[in-house]
Amino acid sequence: MYKSIKEIMDTCENEGIPFWECVRREDCAEQAISPEENFNKMKKMYLAMRAADQSYDPGLLSQSGMSGTDGARIAAARQEGRLLCGDFIGRVMERAVKMGESNACMKRIVAAPTAGSCGVLPAVLLSLQERKGYDDDQMTEALYVAAGIGGVIASRAFLAGASGGCQAEIGSASSMAAGAVAYLNGGDISAIANAAALAMKNLLGLACDPVAGLVEVPCVKRNVIGAVNALTSADLACAGVESRIPVDEVFDAMRSIGRSLPENIRETGLGGLAGAPTGVSLRERLQQL
Amino acid sequence: MNLFDIVGPVMVGPSSSHTAGAAKIGNVARRLLGEEVAEATILFHGSFLATGKGHGTDKALLAGLMGLAVDDPLIPYSFEIAEQKGLNYRFDGIDLGDVHPNSVKLLLTGVNGKKLEVVAASIGGGRIQVNEVDGLSNSFSGDYPTLIIQNQDQPGLVAEITCVLAGFQINIATMQLYRSSRGGFAVTVIECDDEVPEDVVAELAHETGIVKVTYLSMNG
Repeated sequence: MYKSIKEIMDTCENEGIPFWECVRREDCAEQAISPEENFNKMKKMYLAMRAADQSYDPGLLSQSGMSGTDGARIAAARQEGRLLCGDFIGRVMERAVKMGESNACMKRIVAAPTAGSCGVLPAVLLSLQERKGYDDDQMTEALYVAAGIGGVIASRAFLAGASGGCQAEIGSASSMAAGAVAYLNGGDISAIANAAALAMKNLLGLACDPVAGLVEVPCVKRNVIGAVNALTSADLACAGVESRIPVDEVFDAMRSIGRSLPENIRETGLGGLAGAPTGVSLRERLQQL
Repeated sequence: MNLFDIVGPVMVGPSSSHTAGAAKIGNVARRLLGEEVAEATILFHGSFLATGKGHGTDKALLAGLMGLAVDDPLIPYSFEIAEQKGLNYRFDGIDLGDVHPNSVKLLLTGVNGKKLEVVAASIGGGRIQVNEVDGLSNSFSGDYPTLIIQNQDQPGLVAEITCVLAGFQINIATMQLYRSSRGGFAVTVIECDDEVPEDVVAELAHETGIVKVTYLSMNG
C-alpha cells in the first residue's frame, strides 16, 4: 500500500491515470491478480454494503439492549419532513445509524475500515448514488479512492481505536468517505486530497470510550457525524477550499495525537463516556446478565 | 494487510477482533482437528472473558467450530445449531498468564474420537494467531496450508520433512522450529503455498521420529 497521498498524486500525474486506478494497480501487483478480478472484488464490497443496508431489521435489539430501533425513528422523522437537515442528509443519518445498529445486532456488515465505523461509507455512498444515479462501477471506483486513503492512514498512523482512539476509526472512515465523495462530485486529485484532510482534521483527538467495552455506545451514533462530516468536507474541497496543512501531515498529526492519548480512552472501556456514572452502571448491569 | 483489509472484510458484527476473529479461531481449530467437532470446552481469557458475551464471542467461536464462515448470518444462532447437531459444548473462564488479551484455549474431541488442544489469539482486524497446539508452543496465522509436525529432536529430521515436500513440488512459505528440551520433543511448523495432499501428510506421519502430524487445510 502507498505510504503517502503525495506518492499517489505523483504517480497519477506521471502516468496520466485517475486516483482510483492508481490504487487498484498497486493492489493488483501486491495480490498478483488481474485488474478485472480486483475490480469485481471491490464491487462485491459495495454490493455487500447495499445488501447490509437493505437488510436492516427495525425490531432488533443488541444482546446488551443498548442498541437498536433508532434507525426506524430517524426514518419516520425524515418521512414526516421533521428533520431540519432535509431529506438527503436525513437519509445519510438514517443509513449511518441503521448500519451501526445492524453491526451491534450481529448482522452482516462490511468493516470499512472497522466494524465500529462500518456505517460511514455506505451511508454516504448509497445515498449519493440514490440522488445522482451513478452506476455501480462508478461507486466501485469511489470505493477504491476510499481504500487508497485508508491504506495511507494505516501506513502512517492506525485504524484501530485501541491504538489511536476513535479518530483512527470514525476519523479515518470519514476521511476515506470525503475523498470518495469528492471524486464522485467531479473533484480533481487535489480536491480528493483536501477533502480527506479536512474531514480528518475535524475529528482529531476523538476518544475511544465505549460503554462496557462494547461496540455500541457511542460508536453507533458517531457514524452519523463521520458521514455528514465527509459530505461537508467534500463540498468545501470541491468548492476550492484548501486544507492549510497537507493531508499526509494531517495523518501524521492523527498518529501523534493517538500516541499521546491515555490508555483509558483507547478502547479499554474505562475512561470518557464509559467512566461516566451512567456508563459505569450500565456496565455493572450488563455484568449481571 | 492489503486493500481488502481496509474496505472489508464482510463479516457478522459487532467486532472484528471479538466476533470475526473468534469465528476464525473456531474455523481453524476445526480444520486442525480434521473432523467434525463432537465435544468442545471453550476457555476464554482476558478481554475475551470480560466483554465476550456482549460481542457474541461465544456464539462466533462455536459457529466457527461448526464450519460457519465469519460472514455467515447464522452465527447468532450457533447455540441452537449446535444443539440440533448434538455438539456438546461448555464455556468457562481461564487465566492463561501473560498472553494476548483476546486469547482462548480450546479442548476438542472429534466425532471419530480425535483429540486436540489449541490456544489462539485474535490479534485485531479479524486476523488471528495460533500459539499452542497440544500443549506445545508455536505461532502461525491460519492463512496458509500449515503442517504442524511433532517430532523427536534429532539430526536430519527437518531435512527428511523438506525432502518429502520437495518431492511433491510443494513450496514452503515459512518454517519454524520449536523444542521443549534438547533431544526431547520438537515442533516443526511449515506454512506452504500449496495444499498438501492427504497421502503426503500420511507419508510424513510414517517417517521415523515423527510422533504426530496435524494439517491445516484451506479447504472446507
